[in-house]
Amino acid sequence: MTRDDIFAKVREVLVDSLAVDEEEVTSTASLVKDLGAESIDFLDIVFKLEQAFGFKIQQGELFPEGVAQDPKFVKDGKVTAEGLTALKAKLPHVDFSTFEQNPAITKVAEVFTVDTLVNFVSKKLGN
Amino acid sequence: MRWMWIDRVTELQPRHKLVAVKNVSLAEEHLHDHFPAEPARGLLASPVMPASLIVEGCAQTGGILVGHAEEFKHKVILAKVNKFQIDRDATPGCTLRYTAIIERMDDMGASVNCTIELFDFAKPEAGFAAIGSIALMFSHLDHNMGAAGQAGQDFPAHNFVFGDAFKTLLRSSGYAVQ
Repeated sequence: MTRDDIFAKVREVLVDSLAVDEEEVTSTASLVKDLGAESIDFLDIVFKLEQAFGFKIQQGELFPEGVAQDPKFVKDGKVTAEGLTALKAKLPHVDFSTFEQNPAITKVAEVFTVDTLVNFVSKKLGN
Repeated sequence: MRWMWIDRVTELQPRHKLVAVKNVSLAEEHLHDHFPAEPARGLLASPVMPASLIVEGCAQTGGILVGHAEEFKHKVILAKVNKFQIDRDATPGCTLRYTAIIERMDDMGASVNCTIELFDFAKPEAGFAAIGSIALMFSHLDHNMGAAGQAGQDFPAHNFVFGDAFKTLLRSSGYAVQ
């Protein structure tokens, strides 16, 4: 499956799950900031990606878990260097380069873009 | 038994499917306001089961199914209505039947599809005819605070979603509940 094919299917999932127009789903669009995703939508997206691509996604595999609750990983409202290392290791499909400049925990959901999902699916499919 | 929008569970396949019925009755007060006669405009009373309460009935059907799957240990809440379509009105004397099927479930929550059928005594030969469908997302509240990196929250220890009403409903429908 080409990256364009994956993008097209991811776009279908997001149009369905977030009730957005196709044109809004660009590669750089942030799921939260641009497409209005809320926490339950992340679970919905996980379920729909599984259906669309026919693979299973383990809890915490696509979106992070347990980072905000771990005092080693978050201090004074910011993700620590140790936390960032853990996030990068757990989520190789995510580009943290912008987030690293101001790693406020409240902003961590904004790192998830449409491209993040395409990267994740591409890796899962072994591309 | 307030705010119960199903009358009886007619089928339960644990972790898979739950079927419930709702008899639409003219004794229900909301039907008198939905919609009342307006003599000034020459309109007769037109009692119709509000679609929002059909959504609630489907949510209760799906919610019981998801709650029952883990013996009501999780606090299951309706988190999202993905799609809802209904093609005709349900009027007094009709029976609605909701069939909820779990599409996917894990520790975080469940997605459930529910079909809505109607038995109209004016057309008994048609049996239960499909009149709509709904796609729902349920969240296991205590397990679903990390999806977007959000801080966890504490909720009351008691299960405030599945009180005695739902368990009574299951028992009165012939299903054992602890």
